[in-house]
Amino acid sequence: MKLIGAITAFALAAGAVSFANADDDKVVNVYNWSDYIDEAVLADFEKETGIKVRYDVFDSNELLETKMLAGKSGYDVVVPTGTFLSRQIEAGVFQKLDFSKLPHAGNMWDDVKNVTAIYDPDNAYSVNYMWGTTGIGYNEEKIKEALGDDAPTDSLALFFDPKNIEKLSSCGVHMLDAPTEIIPAALKYLGEDPNTKDPEVIKKAEDVLLAIRPHVLKFHSSEYINALANGDICAAFGWSGDVLQARDRAAEADAGNTIVYKIPKEGALMWFDQMAIPADAPNPELGHKFIDYIMRAYVAAAASNYVNYANGNKAAQGLLDDGVINDPAIYPSTETMKNLYSVTAYPPKVNRVVTRMWTKVKTGQ
Amino acid sequence: MKPSRLIIAIPYLWLALLFLAPFFIVIKMSLSDLAVSIPPYTPQLDLSGGWEAITAYWAALDLENYTWLADDPLYINSFKSSLIIASVSTLITLAVAYPIAYALACSPQRWRALLVMLVILPFWTSFLIRVYAWIGILKTEGLLNQLLLSVGMISDPLTILNTNTAVYIGIVYSYLPFMVLPIYATLEKMDWSLIEAAEDLGSSRLSAFWLVTFPLSLPGVIAGCFLVFIPAMGEFVIPDLLGGSDTLMIGKTLWVEFFSNRDWPVASAVAVVLLVLLIVPIVLFQRQQQKLSEAG
Repeated sequence: MKLIGAITAFALAAGAVSFANADDDKVVNVYNWSDYIDEAVLADFEKETGIKVRYDVFDSNELLETKMLAGKSGYDVVVPTGTFLSRQIEAGVFQKLDFSKLPHAGNMWDDVKNVTAIYDPDNAYSVNYMWGTTGIGYNEEKIKEALGDDAPTDSLALFFDPKNIEKLSSCGVHMLDAPTEIIPAALKYLGEDPNTKDPEVIKKAEDVLLAIRPHVLKFHSSEYINALANGDICAAFGWSGDVLQARDRAAEADAGNTIVYKIPKEGALMWFDQMAIPADAPNPELGHKFIDYIMRAYVAAAASNYVNYANGNKAAQGLLDDGVINDPAIYPSTETMKNLYSVTAYPPKVNRVVTRMWTKVKTGQ
Repeated sequence: MKPSRLIIAIPYLWLALLFLAPFFIVIKMSLSDLAVSIPPYTPQLDLSGGWEAITAYWAALDLENYTWLADDPLYINSFKSSLIIASVSTLITLAVAYPIAYALACSPQRWRALLVMLVILPFWTSFLIRVYAWIGILKTEGLLNQLLLSVGMISDPLTILNTNTAVYIGIVYSYLPFMVLPIYATLEKMDWSLIEAAEDLGSSRLSAFWLVTFPLSLPGVIAGCFLVFIPAMGEFVIPDLLGGSDTLMIGKTLWVEFFSNRDWPVASAVAVVLLVLLIVPIVLFQRQQQKLSEAG
């Protein structure tokens, strides 16, 4: 919830609060994304180790970042996305992990580690929790109604070609309120380098986005899960696992809404949520224990089976449900993988251009 | 110190601790520059460096962020748009609240306590949940559209959620009690024999209302308007949940500066300007109240 975040952030800015209590030092404070863990994993950890887990959630990287930058957040483990992680490392937010305390680190998947090294060189500060793609979520029945049988549901053109999105505006389109995800996609649609840091090239995305903005009902990063599931909107440009959650909720409700997630054929952004320990964590020792627990093969598998996101744990793959490991929306085929791209953080000056452009896209100002 | 003075000191201490001190921190931040560090601005005051460090600190503060606000029309437009939304919704709230307050004041004595409680009742539920509930009512497949469709008033569902209309509905709903209660308070105190006198002297009921009741209720109307206008101006939750991508309000702009841009200095400058703009109506309000009490 943005609001709660805003209030807490202001409270924290005024005077930092520490949750750590002197006489119960067996508490690990974890701050993770909302709807992102199987509660049973936490209960098992508590039972096995006798360490209590204090578990808080956020729904945007900005919120987490603000708490981290205010300092003394009181958390031992936090889970930022790669692009945010890299500049937080630069700001001195995190401590290097002590791999002697992480015996299960050998379970991790080299393919993922190679990519996350662009955010966290040598993977010294973080290990992967989950990863996924940003792509197309849609309501099969409603898209057919609006665009007919040959709707380009596997293409970025569904959103970025004004002809298509205009027809969809009657049934509702949401987009992530995340410039670092939407702008690279618009650039990809134009055939440009999605990871460009050149303001002139980035500007090209502005024209595409300004042309479609009147047809976007809302830019928001979590409301689309419910909106898709309930049939309030017919398409959302969103995160893979969130769309799959909407799919499951819609199937449960059984009200004639079939939700599908597709990775656009032009390619999709691949993102990585990384577990890291703040430099001023009250109890880094327990933070390491928690991270190591999550890295156990069966724990990582249970977590992925529950949230429908892929993880960076090679050893866990044999223990995943068939519906997860064989779902190309979660673990894309080698063919699709070649088409995925990742982006790095914008330098501060370019970041200003990007966010100003984003405000213009969202508000028309 | 006399005990009575001590009691007076408590609210002042409260004000200094919870308003002035944070406000000075915000002003200080608004004069700083963006940096990649914890916290994300520079310079940081380092008292261990002695006098030299303090002068160097002062020298590094500047008004750059305020010039930035003036240069980009986004901020001015956000202020303008907030001003319009806050003013219009204040007027709508007044139009809705006045009849309610009037009916309350005219109701039989034994019902009043209960009726006033009904006005306050929504406060027992979290503000956030009540605004969320409006999403369920206003959305395309929501209760309102289903109702209108089933009685045949419309043939296609209306798009209300994520538009400015939804923001107006949200603000009017949320702040209604703040308008009803002060108006009710003045009407309740009113001497109703004045109306009888006006009618005895040949005034119609309507002109008696405009010439007697309304002017006498003016202090309540003004208090209610300020109580609605001031928080509506800086409102963030309602435009964020009910508004659409077009809804431009200063609260949202401030959020973007603080969270998306991580630009605490510019966000602080926006907050300071907002406060300065709100001080004007607050001072006007105070003056008016003072005049009233002197005249009364």
